[in-house]
Amino acid sequence: MKRLLKGGRVIDPGNGIDGMHDVLIDGDRIVRVGRDIPVEGVTVVEVPDGYVVCPGLIDIHVHLREPGQEHKETVASGTASAVAGGFTAVACMPNTTPVNDNANVTAYILAKAAEAGLARVYPIGAVSRGSKGELLADIAELKAAGCVAITDDGHPTASALLLRRALEYAGMFGIPVIEHCEDQSLKGDGVAHEGFHAASLGLRGIPGACEALGVERGVLLAELTGSHFHVAHMSARASLRAVRKAKEAGIRVTCEVTPHHFTLTDESLLTPVAYDTNTKMNPPLREAADRDAILGGIVDGSVDLIATDHAPHHYDEKNVEFDRAPFGIVGLETAVPLSLDRLVHSGLIRLPRLVELMATNPARVLNLPGGTLSEGAPADITILAPDLKVRIVANALRSRSKNMPFDGWELRGSVAATMVGGRPVFVNPEASIRL
Amino acid sequence: MTPAAITALRHKDLLGIADLAADEISLVLDTAEAMKEIGSRPIKKVPALRGKTIVNLFFEPSTRTRTSFEIAEKRLSADTLNIAISSSSVVKGETLADTALNLEAMNPDMIVLRHSSSGACHLLARICRSAIINAGDGMHEHPTQALLDAFTIRERKKRLAGLKVAIVGDLLHSRVLRSNIHLLTKMGAEVWVCGPPTLIPTEIRRFGVRATSVVEEAVRDADVIMLLRIQLERMEGAFFPSLREYFNVFGMTEKRLELASPDVMIMHPGPMNRGVEIASEVADGPYSVILDQVHNGVAVRMAVLYLLAGGSEHEAAA
Repeated sequence: MKRLLKGGRVIDPGNGIDGMHDVLIDGDRIVRVGRDIPVEGVTVVEVPDGYVVCPGLIDIHVHLREPGQEHKETVASGTASAVAGGFTAVACMPNTTPVNDNANVTAYILAKAAEAGLARVYPIGAVSRGSKGELLADIAELKAAGCVAITDDGHPTASALLLRRALEYAGMFGIPVIEHCEDQSLKGDGVAHEGFHAASLGLRGIPGACEALGVERGVLLAELTGSHFHVAHMSARASLRAVRKAKEAGIRVTCEVTPHHFTLTDESLLTPVAYDTNTKMNPPLREAADRDAILGGIVDGSVDLIATDHAPHHYDEKNVEFDRAPFGIVGLETAVPLSLDRLVHSGLIRLPRLVELMATNPARVLNLPGGTLSEGAPADITILAPDLKVRIVANALRSRSKNMPFDGWELRGSVAATMVGGRPVFVNPEASIRL
Repeated sequence: MTPAAITALRHKDLLGIADLAADEISLVLDTAEAMKEIGSRPIKKVPALRGKTIVNLFFEPSTRTRTSFEIAEKRLSADTLNIAISSSSVVKGETLADTALNLEAMNPDMIVLRHSSSGACHLLARICRSAIINAGDGMHEHPTQALLDAFTIRERKKRLAGLKVAIVGDLLHSRVLRSNIHLLTKMGAEVWVCGPPTLIPTEIRRFGVRATSVVEEAVRDADVIMLLRIQLERMEGAFFPSLREYFNVFGMTEKRLELASPDVMIMHPGPMNRGVEIASEVADGPYSVILDQVHNGVAVRMAVLYLLAGGSEHEAAA
């Protein structure tokens, strides 16, 4: 079946496209992007003025929690959340139970993803067996089973030596090592950014240097090995400085930032609700100077991409004392509104840069098939309604978990529809589009 | 500027001094004066809180604070219930939220909470209709301690504004410090804090205090010196090399005391480590008001309980 997305602003940074175009889809593939494509024999979908048609968004940092923590999220609920958030593909972290350190777990996740039939799922394998930081996982096997990167996320890779070996070994397969950058001795039992607000609330601090040390370590080892090192959820200005310098030196390093780190600061620990465990994440919400530096990195290109670090936790797990609560918030369904509102409508960046951050570059960094509207590419397409106002309601999220600090927020910019392989998997009932 | 006189607190709970305005602090201190008189009577009991149920919920060991609250409650004729739960058993037991909901189901009027986690009282306050009184939460606040400290200072010095108060010790882990900083700066005192840099919280100056690691600088001309407990286990965190070295560099000795104002007050929230943060000669010496603090604690807690119970039904000292 042929479908023509007619009208709307088509943005495909990988191909240098930004203008009023139509997109012709045949089955699960993109056939053509252009003007005045003949409408005979095709189903025409009218895209309203002001809407944006772009390559499907890709979130490369998602915790789907399955297998083993299905009370927090499943592959089905997580991918439902993803498509509702405009993501046509997600890469999922290996810190499941058991850890995704072998082909069986990878295959299980992929089977669940196929069953759900929503977003594409790209598993990320563990660096070490059980993510215990001792022996390398069977990386060739993981790669063959479909893993697109390796990481011991949740924690940093246990030692510089293991990280070096992982980089060398993963380099053989052309996949990056993704690192949760953190010096664990410096983190200690910290629960919040070390700054005025943590001091005031009596919360143990995690300084920005804690993350930057991990970034510096990885950068040096990327230089030593020549392999690709990817910095997960970068939050501190000192980390950004290290990444910038590394890039200038030609070292193969890339980095991601999360919407919560570029939106919030550690002031959220105090207000509107003091000690809200939905403001507890690792890395923590940083001070304004860090947040502003991260925004600067988004503007000047130092930041490669936006990823959510979608980390579902059950209500009961979060409804405890701040220092006992697990780190993390869900992010798949708020990423687009936050990004449009805080980055685009604030005037910091323009829409093509946002598409680059959320589609083009995630695909490049993990060498994934999507992120483009090229002829023959998979018809993974996100349609954005950049001016459609949205009110975030935690209980309305598709994710099985509702842990996030944006409940009740009103933001400008939303997802209109999401298509995976030419198939509509989400249509926003508030948007003026029917697929 | 004298704050306008008020007759009630503007809060359901006492979670921290940070939430109180200067006039509310003055109200508590004034009310405590009336309460103190009750404690000097042969019959130390008034019916102010008759029929009120107060739960003392302590997740950390405490002798002084728990006893002080209990005596205060009894002097006001409240029905009191003490629950001591070791924090270690919480791991296998029910959550704090469930404990609170269960207590709440029995309809107490107030819950006095001591807990090792900062913000535990905020969690309870969100769940409970009962008034929550913070009896110390983690490294956050210990508001009744700061109020009794202020009461003790005011009793001696007749004022708080303009006094130089030096607070010396483990600033980083101290809830007493945070409450005292909020209270003293709101009331116009000049607050100096002093300790090794490893034990000074980040951006402490943003609290409106002067910070130094030179103890002589902190205590020079001080009207009040407050010592904070140095916990022995902090050595393991490499915060300082040894108790001996701590005492040599920061310990409050008679010699250092000579730098202070001639009528200096020496305070300590307890429990004291003699020979670590304070020399015995200073703790037991003529400038020490450490036991006055304990004594005043009862009156101040009576005032807090009375005011949070809605206090105007009965005359305070009737």
